[in-house]
Amino acid sequence: MNKLFTFLVLGGLLVVLLASISELPPMGEMDNPSYNEIANYYIDNSAEDTGSTNIIAAIITDYRAFDTLGETTVLFTGIAAVVSLIGVTHHKDKKKEEENHG
Amino acid sequence: MDDLFVKVTTKMILPFIQIYGIYVIIHGHLSPGGGFSGGAIFAASIVLYTLAYGLHKGQKRMPHSISSKVETGGILFYIGIGFVGILAGYPFLTNKAAGFPMGELGKVMSAGLIPMVTVAIGLKVMSTIVTLFHTMLEED
Amino acid sequence: MKLDLSLIANNINYIGAMVLFIIGLYTVLTHSNLIKKIIGINIMETSIFLFFVSIGYVKGAVAPILDPSTGEKIFVNPLPAAMILTGIVVAVSITAFSLSIIIKIHEAYGTIELDEIMKIRSVEVDE
Repeated sequence: MNKLFTFLVLGGLLVVLLASISELPPMGEMDNPSYNEIANYYIDNSAEDTGSTNIIAAIITDYRAFDTLGETTVLFTGIAAVVSLIGVTHHKDKKKEEENHG
Repeated sequence: MDDLFVKVTTKMILPFIQIYGIYVIIHGHLSPGGGFSGGAIFAASIVLYTLAYGLHKGQKRMPHSISSKVETGGILFYIGIGFVGILAGYPFLTNKAAGFPMGELGKVMSAGLIPMVTVAIGLKVMSTIVTLFHTMLEED
Repeated sequence: MKLDLSLIANNINYIGAMVLFIIGLYTVLTHSNLIKKIIGINIMETSIFLFFVSIGYVKGAVAPILDPSTGEKIFVNPLPAAMILTGIVVAVSITAFSLSIIIKIHEAYGTIELDEIMKIRSVEVDE
């Protein structure tokens, strides 16, 4: 009974999502609204401004380098949370005792 | 785990993985890849060494003190590169106007700021993954 | 609603992203093991990345790497791919933190099945 209810609700959600494909612009056309003058500016002017041939690397490290700095902060915060939760302590005394006895 | 095949194969294959990771990091502005994927490839080699040889030998190869210093050094290097632009009188993190050396298009030593930022990101991602793995295994 | 085969073959990326989202949501809701719920969240995040990157696809175009020797070509839109790089790192961070919380739950309760944890907690409140 529970599983039937779950299947019905998820099936209804899938039908609603699939019916919205007809509202999207067709995939792969050059005159989509998402291929506007910002992308054309990046493609035309990235060789003279930055001097690198990889356009995506020029975008994330030169034009928008501040966002990459924020993202390394997210990585740092994640690992600080993990280390503070698990609580790694270093038993330096125990290791020296083992070396002396062994 | 104490398997002879895994230990011998790991010892033979480890330098090639590390050279491939360093290649992807250094050529980040010429071919697909960049800092994040190069750092992940380099960290995978140290995780493989820890899995094959046990936690004690893995921690001797990359102890906790070295990996925490590499991680904080990566972020401070990134911020230090940004401050060079402020000292020259331009906004934070400028590339061409602040006097970084631009080379020719298509060579390794070119594009001013971009290889240094890529190396900083690669070091940061590598030390994050290795510290996560050793912390989760060491608990208890 | 005319269902001809070219409508499915043209938008296969969007359909795949939506089906993956529903599969991930079913995995989170149904299984009672905590690690399987984390895997379901990862599947949902992968489907969103696929949907976002395939917005910028152009038919018959090449990857956005300039080649100084050959002439002008049509490139794929580079902006969605640059935005998704940040999203992937956030997803990895969230998975790592939730796995460490599961380690702490296993220390406190001795099990990682959600049904048994709720049974233990309800017995503690009643007594």
